[in-house]
Parts: sequence; C-alpha cells; structure tokens
Amino acid sequence: MSKKKVKEMEEMAAQANMSQMGLIWHRFKKNKLAVIGLIALCVLILVCFTSPIYLNYEKVITQDLLNAYKSPSRDHILGTDMYGRDLLARMLYGGIYSLGSGLIVVAAALVLGVLFGSIAGYFGGKIDTIIMRFIDIFMAIPALLMTMTLVVVFGQSIYSLWLAMIITQFPGLARVVRASIMTIRDSEYVDAARIYGAPVGKILIKHILPNGIGPVVVSATMMLGSVILTIAGLGFLGIGIASPTPEWGTILSEVKDYIRYYPYLGIIPGVAIGISVLCINFVGDGIRDALDPRTKK
Amino acid sequence: MGKYILKRALYIIPTYIVLTILVYVILSFSPGDPVLASLGANATQEQIAQKTAELGLDKPLPVRYLSYMSGFLQGDMGKSWISGNRISVEFSARIGNTLLLLLYSLILTIVLGTFMGVIAAVKQNSITDNVTMVIAMLMLSIPAFFLGLIMQLIFCMRLKMLPVTGAESFRHFILPSIVLAASRVAGQVRMTRSSMLDVIGQDYIRTARAKGASEVRVICYHALRNGLLPAITNIGNNIGGIVSGAVTVETIFAVPGIGSMLVNAVRTADIPGVMGPLIFIALLVCVVNVLIDLLYAFIDPRVRKQLSK
Repeated sequence: MSKKKVKEMEEMAAQANMSQMGLIWHRFKKNKLAVIGLIALCVLILVCFTSPIYLNYEKVITQDLLNAYKSPSRDHILGTDMYGRDLLARMLYGGIYSLGSGLIVVAAALVLGVLFGSIAGYFGGKIDTIIMRFIDIFMAIPALLMTMTLVVVFGQSIYSLWLAMIITQFPGLARVVRASIMTIRDSEYVDAARIYGAPVGKILIKHILPNGIGPVVVSATMMLGSVILTIAGLGFLGIGIASPTPEWGTILSEVKDYIRYYPYLGIIPGVAIGISVLCINFVGDGIRDALDPRTKK
Repeated sequence: MGKYILKRALYIIPTYIVLTILVYVILSFSPGDPVLASLGANATQEQIAQKTAELGLDKPLPVRYLSYMSGFLQGDMGKSWISGNRISVEFSARIGNTLLLLLYSLILTIVLGTFMGVIAAVKQNSITDNVTMVIAMLMLSIPAFFLGLIMQLIFCMRLKMLPVTGAESFRHFILPSIVLAASRVAGQVRMTRSSMLDVIGQDYIRTARAKGASEVRVICYHALRNGLLPAITNIGNNIGGIVSGAVTVETIFAVPGIGSMLVNAVRTADIPGVMGPLIFIALLVCVVNVLIDLLYAFIDPRVRKQLSK
C-alpha cells in the first residue's frame, strides 16, 4: 500500500469519529491562509481592545505642535501626525472604533436578518411576499448611498452611523437566511418535530437554524469586511465617525493633504484597514470551503 | 419575446414608485429646517409663514411628494436649501462625467474580471489560479480611497504622468476608472471562475475535446459562451456597488460628478441636493437591472426558447 493511500485512510478514520463542528474545524485548519487570517485578526482585536488599559485616551487627542511630523522613532514607534499626536496611540484606539463598529453592526444585522429571514422563510405565503418585496425595494438603492441618506436624517454621530449601517445591511442577510431556511423547512425531521407538537419557535431555533446557519455565517463574515470598509470610507468622506475620534478612515482623511510629504501618515492607516479586511475575507473564504468541501475539489 | 420585454419594462414602474416614496418619506423626516436656513434666525413670524408657503411646506406630505415627482419627471429637482440654486442645473452639468466614469470602469471590470476568472478556471488549483485569486482578494480588501491616494501619489505627484484631479480629458479618467474597477473586479473574477469550472466539467466539453478540438477552441468557443452567463447577471449586482464606489472615487480625484455633489449635499444636510441624485440613481439601477435581465434572455438560447413559446 502506498504511503499516500495510508495517509488518506488514516484521514478517513480520524474524520469518522468527528462531530459536524469538529469536521468543519478540521477542514478549516487545512486552509493556511484562513488560519493565518484568523490568528492575525485575533491578535489585532486583542491588541486594540486592550489598549485603554495601558494607554490614556488623552494621549490620543492631545495636540503637541512642537512634536509634529516626527518620523518613527523610539518615543513614537509610528511617528507623530501634523498635530504632534502619537500615531500608534491613534491607530490602537482607532482599531476599537473601526473593528468594534464593524462587529456591532454585523451582530445587530445578524439578529435582525435571522429574525426577518426565518419568519419569511418558514411561514412563506403572504408574510414572505410582504417582507421580501420590502427588502427588494430597499436593496435597489446602493447601500452606501442609503447609509449616507439615513445619516443625514438621523444627524451625524457614531450611533446614527451604526443605526444606518444596521438598517442597510440586515436585508442582505435576511435574504440568505430565508433561502437557507426554505431548503430545510420541508425536510422529514422538521415534519417529525412538527407532528410531535413542538412550538414554531423551538422548531426554528433548535431544528432548522443550526442546520441552515452555514451560508449565513459565511455571508456575515464577508459582510464584516465590507462594513469595516464602508465605515472607513464614510469616515474618509467626512460623513462617518468625526475627527478627532480616531477611526482608521477618519485618520486617513485627516492626513490626506500631508501624504505628499509624509507618506507614512497615510500608509499606516490604509494598510491597517486593508490587512484587517483581507484577514476577514480569508477567514470567510476558509469557512465557506470548510462548510462545503465540494467547492475546493 | 416582445411581450416579455414589455412585462419586464412595466415592472420597473411600481418598484420605482414605491422606491421614490420610501426615499421621499425618509428624507422628509430630516431634522433640518429649510425656512430658517434661508431666512436666518431673526426672521419674523410673517416672513416664516410666507417662506413656508413659498416652498410648499404647508401642504401635507402626499401632495408634496406628488408635486416633487411631477417636477422631477419634467427635469426640475427643486432648489438647494443652502445656495438657492436650481439642483437640476448643477446636476445636468455633472451627470455626463459620472456616466463616463461608470462606463469606463464597468468595461474595465468586465474585461479584466472575465480574463482573470477564465485563466484561474482553466488552470484550476495551479499556482496561476492561487495567485489570481489572492490578487482578486487583495483588490477586494484595499479601501478604494487608500488605493486612490497612493496612485495619485505615485502616478501624478512623483512620476507626473497623469493629472491629479479634474475631468477635462480622457487622461483624467484613467486613474479614477482603475481605482473604481479594482474594488469590483474581485466579484467578477470569482463569479466567472466558478461558472467556468461548472461548464468545463460538463459532458459536451468532454465531447468537444474527444472530437479533437484544440484547447483554445474548447475554452473560447464552447465553454466561454455558457460560462459567461452567470458572470453577466453579476454585472447587475455590480452596478449598485460601482455607483457607490463612484461617490468615493469622485471625491478623491475631484471629478465634478453627481457622486461628489451628493457628498457635499449630505455634509451640509441639503435635502433637495440629496433627493435629486438619489432618485435619479435609483432609476438608473432599476433600468440597468431590467436591461441585464433582457440581455440574459437574449443570450441564453434556453431562456429565449422558453419565452418564444
């Protein structure tokens, strides 16, 4: 027996004892880019979210014009900006706003998306038509433009930005949830639960959602990347999180007139956004492939 | 066929009506007060009442909506709350630039995305495939505004090859179109790759190979025709994203288009300035989606046959 075949059989034997989640994790681990992305992302989130413990917010917003435009050195690892503020401190706190806003928006959109999507998908009929028609119409306006419009109406603040983003993002997830649930709701084991007399809520939460959540998780992960990009883009346009609050897109918009002479000021926040989103997309891709092994073969 | 086209075209109308109502109602809840904005804080009660009547704000919402829409369809988008100028004058001066930008970047997205997708599918699981997919992923992840700034820095300021801002000539559109297309290419590559992979696995491709057709003929003639169908539908999904991207790109490169006009209106909470472009863009997206549907029906012989029955 060839070595390769032995390895394959060992693999099969190992997989036979695994739970569904274990199997998915096993396949996910094999995707190097996804694992690197996941680790990098965890480190990034950990470093940024613990920064308030060892960094005073004063350092992030206090201006020190005598020390403006300092190149990276021991005192200021990433240098200082045009107001003499330490760029590393601003980037770390900025991570809380950029990544944190993304996580909050996606979490809330996920809750609403699952709620509306499962109602539409499970009950079908008139409720489905009404919800989906509304979502179709809502999605006919490009998301960024809808977000901008809602920010005008709510007034410009970080909370109205979150609210506007949640409203524009959840319809997409609701669509995915609905499609996913419709494929499962007529399976025999769901019929069995129904005949057994289980209440609708229990059928949805215990029996349908766990099996239909795969594509939803993939969409939500990919959405996290695009939400972070959109929030940064709005910050850059001066419609998002307002300066001097250090969101990464806002930082880039503050320094854009000085990039010509001090490129590092722009490259650091730009690369930070790019790397975070890249990692998130790698993870999303990894989950997609792990859930559906056919896509890779 | 004619009946189908008519049906699809007529479907736009109710969608568009509901859409405009939605936009109008949402925007009419905005906190800004156009009367005080144009008169100043120490206006008398009489002046306020007169201005309110002049702007038609004393009428109920449905009446205001109807009069706005009938004006819009005749090319009148109302007056700016900030400057008092007619929105439609500024709009018509800018729309050409935006449409050109959209056209160039759409062409670039389709050509580049299809090319990369086909290459990745033909060389599946090779280094070429992996590199192409990572490049696509990279383009998806880099923020457009960052890419734009970097390209400006390199090509305009250091190499002095291209103009930094403006929209006077084709050269002005090169960088904005590339930046705009870059963020959209990834989706097109993925779509093309996966649909080409589906097609390449089909029996008729094996038949073509068995009959001795060259690999180039198999891919370019037999596979591409069917493999491109889902990629074409993807253009419809892309149009919203491209329009959104245009807003950012126009701002970076100071292209005088309706995207940068919209951003300015949002910043100053100038409601008519937001409403006009938004309602126009909604129409554009609706029409493009129907056109894509029709194109799809026209290209796919199976759909065409079903329709002619």
